[in-house]
Amino acid sequence: MSAYTLKVRRYQPEAEEDDKRGAYWETFDVELDPTLSVLDGLLQAKNDKDGTLAVRCSCRAAICGSCGVKINGQSTLACKTQLGEAAEEAARMARNGGGEAEIVVEPMGNMPVIKDLVTDMESTHWTKFRRVTPWLLPSGPPPEREYIVPAESMVDVTQSVACIQCGACVSSCLSMEADPDFIGPAALAKAYRFVGDPRDGQTTERLYDLANDPHGMYDCTHCFSCIDACPKGVAPMNQIMRLRRLAGDDHGIRDVNNGHNHEMAFVKNIKKKGTLDESLLLQESYAPGVKGKLMPRVSAIKGLLGSIPTAIRGIKTGKMRSVPKLIPGVHHKLPGDAQGHVEEIYERAEESKIQLNLYIIGEGGEEDHAAEEVEPESVSEEPTTA
Amino acid sequence: MPEHDVLVIGAGLAGQRAALAAAEKGVSVGIISKVHPVRSHSNAAQGGINAALDVDDSWESHAFDTIKGSDYLGDQDAIEVMCREAPEELLHLEHIGVTFHRNEKGELGTRAFGGASKARTYYVADITGQAIMHVLYEQLMKYSEQIDRYEEWFTTDLAIDEEGRCVGAVTRNIKDGTTEVFKAKSVILASGGNGQIWQPTTNALICTGDGIAMAYRAGATLMDMEMIQYHPTTLAGKGFLITEGARGEGAHLLNAKGERFMEKYAPNKMELASRDVVSRAEQTEINEGRGFPDGTVALDVTVVPRKRIHEALREIVLVGRDFAGVDITREPIHIKPGNHYTMGGVKTDIWGRTNVPGLYAAGEVACVSVHGGNRLGANSLLDTLIFGRRSGEDGAQHAKGHGFGQVSRTVLSDAEARVDAIIARKHEGGRRVSEIKAELGKTMDEKVAVFRDEEGIQSALEIVQRLKEEATSAYIDDRGTVFNQDVLGAIELQNMLENAEACCMAALERKESRGAQYRTDYPERNDEEWLKHIDVSMNGEGPEISYSPVTITDWQPQERTY
Ligand SMILES: Cc1cc2nc3c(=O)[nH]c(=O)nc-3n(C[C@H](O)[C@H](O)[C@H](O)COP(=O)(O)OP(=O)(O)OC[C@H]3O[C@@H](n4cnc5c(N)ncnc54)[C@H](O)[C@@H]3O)c2cc1C
Ligand code: SF4
Ligand code: SF4
Ligand code: FES
Repeated sequence: MSAYTLKVRRYQPEAEEDDKRGAYWETFDVELDPTLSVLDGLLQAKNDKDGTLAVRCSCRAAICGSCGVKINGQSTLACKTQLGEAAEEAARMARNGGGEAEIVVEPMGNMPVIKDLVTDMESTHWTKFRRVTPWLLPSGPPPEREYIVPAESMVDVTQSVACIQCGACVSSCLSMEADPDFIGPAALAKAYRFVGDPRDGQTTERLYDLANDPHGMYDCTHCFSCIDACPKGVAPMNQIMRLRRLAGDDHGIRDVNNGHNHEMAFVKNIKKKGTLDESLLLQESYAPGVKGKLMPRVSAIKGLLGSIPTAIRGIKTGKMRSVPKLIPGVHHKLPGDAQGHVEEIYERAEESKIQLNLYIIGEGGEEDHAAEEVEPESVSEEPTTA
Repeated sequence: MPEHDVLVIGAGLAGQRAALAAAEKGVSVGIISKVHPVRSHSNAAQGGINAALDVDDSWESHAFDTIKGSDYLGDQDAIEVMCREAPEELLHLEHIGVTFHRNEKGELGTRAFGGASKARTYYVADITGQAIMHVLYEQLMKYSEQIDRYEEWFTTDLAIDEEGRCVGAVTRNIKDGTTEVFKAKSVILASGGNGQIWQPTTNALICTGDGIAMAYRAGATLMDMEMIQYHPTTLAGKGFLITEGARGEGAHLLNAKGERFMEKYAPNKMELASRDVVSRAEQTEINEGRGFPDGTVALDVTVVPRKRIHEALREIVLVGRDFAGVDITREPIHIKPGNHYTMGGVKTDIWGRTNVPGLYAAGEVACVSVHGGNRLGANSLLDTLIFGRRSGEDGAQHAKGHGFGQVSRTVLSDAEARVDAIIARKHEGGRRVSEIKAELGKTMDEKVAVFRDEEGIQSALEIVQRLKEEATSAYIDDRGTVFNQDVLGAIELQNMLENAEACCMAALERKESRGAQYRTDYPERNDEEWLKHIDVSMNGEGPEISYSPVTITDWQPQERTY
């Protein structure tokens, strides 16, 4: 047993006392085993001290998705965060930033608060969930027995199926903060669940719809917050990237923000040179192919100019290590037959296009992260398209 | 006053399936849930769902395993219906989008489960319940023109007319505290089990037996209430479940000496014997001093290949890591039997009809009875879907042949007065609701659990009756209307105590050992006197016991060995 202090952001819509008008902080002292959860702490406070403290909860085991909150600023589930760990984090933050080592619990962000830790997910999440036509649309009548589909394809969408709709990712999403109409990480991960399902017959229509919604899949800025927040390893950002890739690669859907071309520029670049040649990258991103080089579109020129600040920032922060790197033609070659190996990797990857995910790797997803980190800051952050 | 041809109370698997089936029959449907539907407890089902779909399998084999598992207390006509219709239901789920595991050929693949003579459990990793429930919720979206959803509404009571017919339900909108009387031609209860009466339990905080208590107060008969399943593998202290799928994948049970003790109790099926058998074996090891000091034995998953663990048991890797601090791929994890499932409930026929006209029940709230004395793993999801669908279909049919009933004018004011009275209770002299709940949980876990005897059950009953009295003056803090969870807690407590009383009375009555009811004072099964159901109904103010026969078709009771 250890003692913990929970500092809770409260809001009692019907309070009459002066000090309880609007949102306010209240601390609760609880005594529990460090391996018990912050939810256990909140429930101890609620049961023993103050029954007005409102928090949604049911399963206590990170399955039902009820108890999304922010703990020490991080969006997560209260039942999945151990008191001991939360207290350590609070202590670390207090050492760095001053203040008390209290476990800070707040309602989720990007959502209106109904009471204390209870937020309105209907208006912020569920309407968007319904927006992505969240049910299977097979093309004809069902077969007599089951649909025969590759085993991996089911494992593949299981990562999105694992979503419990807790809203932690929505709470943490930076794009959502800037654009409240953004469909958002959870609803887009839900969309991938159908796009990636070989039984669905509306793949192109779905992708087209999400690509053409100005608050759709190109609204994400690759900030990784949703991956950090998600308690179920859904990695919504990765699902969004897969939607984009499928839209651009397999369905020829043009991306108004140029995100897809940028990505393809990367792919081509590495295939040809083995390492990143930044000088070609920018040009390929905005004016791909030979035709692009000879006759760039106006928007491509604007885009290229617009990304100069990014390039400069890249040099300053060391992401692009030297100025000569920006000059076409000076990029160094890989030693020996290494370039041949790189190309072989590409061929293999083309052969097995199903993208396996955390579910089958199952090792904390290091592999998946590593692959994503190759990507630079997204272009769509920049004011490229006029 | 909202009106629907069919009103479904509860939006877990049973409720959502019922709503969809009724909507398909062309009637208007309302579905109520005290939590958002996808938060329902059906989420928790990890392991899978049974169906004899494979060409080498047969519904008869599935039925026999279920009957044997039930210790011959299950009704064989109902079991036949469930097992016969299972393959079609499973394919229906697959067709509407459930991402069931496939074999190399791309066909549906299975895993082994306890008490089954064949591997016939279909699954989605170890999130089967969640995966199915989210797909049903998708279908609710698809049919939203016909199905009105009342998410975060709490039903406090059923509305019964003067002839004793169920004509609707009284429900509180949790978000603003208003109360509405919903009128309906058919009412389907799908409100889940009562596991919260025991502490610890694998069940969610919402599993408070509300539906069982509401039906009981409305005159419905309860059946098999003594049959409470203790699951063999739950985490000590917190009660979290480690799915039977772990043993299905080959995990071993070990005592503190490292012995694979199931050799002694079930030499053929070993870890995959029926749950009651495995739970008793573990408890015996623990009671006789061969357990660990924390009152547990060990589950060793390390014998399962790592890749397979990550692919098929990911959820319990997380449970082990997050809630016990153990990496199950590297070391055994300590477990013990823990409260898990309500076999009994509101007595129904094979169409979900109760003895109250217009009232149906399906899923864990109901007792058809397909589980009898002991439920087989992965048969419960099946039960919720088959009988949810049947209730929905028959409820729609019933609605087409009947008009709306007369709801008495006092129903609404009585319900509001009840809530006002709880809010007005004084702090002085009363106990906190949470305190009473904790005492109830501890009492039931000590006295009405894996091993029972007359003295223990009797004393539990007396405590429950005292708590019932205390609950009438138990106080709360929240006096508001918006999201007042406190007042709902007080109503749930009353419901739980009514469930507990019926359970204790039935356990006391059954003077034999069968399935989950193991009486150390009557250690043998006694078919001559006790091959019958125990029914409990409300007579005036108090509970009354009666009996009903077990339906036996083709399978005569035999001795049960694994
Ligand atoms: C940890 C765990 C693992 C399991 N694993 C398996 C498995 O692998 N295979 C298997 O077959 N079974 C399994 N089970 C059992 C199975 O999950 C349940 O029996 C089944 O899901 C119950 O479904 P249901 O629809 O009857 O009720 P629930 O899913 O519990 O739903 C009840 C609904 O009723 C609503 N409700 C309740 N009271 C009220 C009220 N007063 N007013 C309004 N709404 C109300 C709730 O909000 C909820 O929507 C498992 C159970 C647990 C606990
Ligand atoms: S990665 Fe994209 S979806 Fe995820 S939080 Fe950041 S902006 Fe939002
Ligand atoms: S993606 Fe993860 S964080 Fe977002 S709602 Fe789903 S489970 Fe929660
Ligand atoms: S209580 Fe269910 S996710 Fe936390």
